[in-house]
Amino acid sequence: MSLWEFANPVKFMALSGKVLPWVIGLCTVTLIPGLIWGFFFTPEASNFGNSVKIIYIHVPSAMMAINIWVMMLVTSLIWVVRRHHVSVRAAKAAALIGVTMTVIALITGAIWGQPMWGTYWAWDPRLTSFLILFLFYLGYMALWAAIDNPDTAADLTSVLCIVGSVFAVLSRYAVNFWNQGLHQGASLSLDKEEHVSDVYFQPLLLCLAGFTLLFVALLLVRTRTELRLVRLHRLEVRERMKDA
Amino acid sequence: MIALLVRDLRLAMRAGGGFGLGLAFFLIVSTLVPFGVGPEAKILSRIAPGILWVGALLACLLSLDRIFQLDFEDGSLDLLATAPIPMEGIVTVKALAHWLVTGLPLTLAAPLLGMLMNLERPGHFWIFLTLLIGTPALSMIGAFGAALTVGLKRGGLLLSLLVLPLYIPTLIFGAEAATRGTAGLPASTPLLMMAGITAGSIALLPFAAAAALRVNLR
Repeated sequence: MSLWEFANPVKFMALSGKVLPWVIGLCTVTLIPGLIWGFFFTPEASNFGNSVKIIYIHVPSAMMAINIWVMMLVTSLIWVVRRHHVSVRAAKAAALIGVTMTVIALITGAIWGQPMWGTYWAWDPRLTSFLILFLFYLGYMALWAAIDNPDTAADLTSVLCIVGSVFAVLSRYAVNFWNQGLHQGASLSLDKEEHVSDVYFQPLLLCLAGFTLLFVALLLVRTRTELRLVRLHRLEVRERMKDA
Repeated sequence: MIALLVRDLRLAMRAGGGFGLGLAFFLIVSTLVPFGVGPEAKILSRIAPGILWVGALLACLLSLDRIFQLDFEDGSLDLLATAPIPMEGIVTVKALAHWLVTGLPLTLAAPLLGMLMNLERPGHFWIFLTLLIGTPALSMIGAFGAALTVGLKRGGLLLSLLVLPLYIPTLIFGAEAATRGTAGLPASTPLLMMAGITAGSIALLPFAAAAALRVNLR
C-alpha cells in the first residue's frame, strides 16, 4: 500500500468520495466558530479599532494563496516526473481556488488599508508581490483554457508552473529591493516579538485551519469534476473514432 | 547551428520579416510619452530610463510570436526537430537570432532616443549598458513563452499574458540600475542581479523551452 496507488483515478474517486463529507464537516466546525469568535468575541485593538477583525479573512486567504501555488508546483513536478493524472488535475483544480484566495486577500487588504494607511493601494513589496502572483495564476489558467488536448495542456502548464515558480520567487526579491514597505511584518511567526497577541491568535489559528480544510474540500470536489471531464473527453473521442 | 542562425537572420532581414518593426515601435513609444506627460524637461529626464526600459520590453514582446510560429506552420520546425542538433540548441539559436534583430538594435537606438527624452549625460551610457545586459534575458524568456504557445491558433495575446509576469524581475533590476546610474548613485547591485537573471535564463530556459516544443510537436 503506497501513496502512489491513488494516482489511479478509480481508487482516488473511491477514497475521495468517502473522505469528502468528513472534510466538509470538519471545515464547518472550524471555520464558522472561528469566524464568529473572531468577529464578535475579541476586543478591539487599541491602534486598529474594529477594522482588526478583517485579519480573520485576510491572513488565512493570503496564506492559502501562496501555499496553493506551492501545492501546484509540487503536483506539476509529480506529473512531469511520474505522469500521474490525478496529480496534474489537482493542480488545475487548485488554480481557480488559488486565484480566488489571492483576490480575497487583495480586496480585504485594500478595505483594511483604507482606514489604516489612508489608501486602498500602495506599491508596497507585499502588495505588489500579490498582484504579480495574481498575474501568474491568470497566465496558468489561460494556458489551460487555450489548449484542447488535455495531455498537451497538462504538460505545457506544468512546465509553465515550474518556470513560473522560479520567476515568482525572483520577483518577490526584486520587488523587495525596489521599494520599502508599508505593510507590517509577519502575523504568524515563531518569533514572539512580532507575533499578534494571544487574544487574536487563538481564533486566527482556528480560521487558518478552517481555510485549509475549505481548500481541501473544494480541491477534492473540483479534482473529482476534472477527472470526470477527462473521462468524458476520452469517451467522446472513442465515440468519434467508432463513427469514423 | 551557424547555418540555422544565418537562415533566421536572412529571413528576418527580408521584406515582411519584421526586422525594424520593434525599432519603429520603440521610436513611436518614445515619441508618444512626452505628448502624454507634457514637455517639461525635468519630469522627462526623471522618467526617461524607466520609459526607455518599458518601451524596449514592449518592442521585444511585439516580435516574440515570430520566433517559432512561421517555422511551425510551414513544417520546418519538424525538420529541425529531426536534425542532428539537439532541440535545446535550436531554441538557443532562435533566441540569439531574435536578440540580434530586436534586442541589439533596440540597445543601440536607446541612447539616441534618450536625447528625445532629455536624458542626462551619464544616462546614455547606463541605458545602453543595462539594455545590452538585459535584453538577452528578454529574448530567452520570450523564446520560452513562444515555445509554450506555438501550437495555438491565436497565441499572440496569450503569449503576452504568459511572458509579461516573467519579465518583471528583469525590468525591475534593469530600470533600477539605469535610474541609479543616471542619478550618479552606485548601481552595481541591480546590475549584477540583472546579469545573474540573464545568465540563469540562458543556461536553464533552453531546456524548459525545448521540453515545451517537444510536447507541441508530438
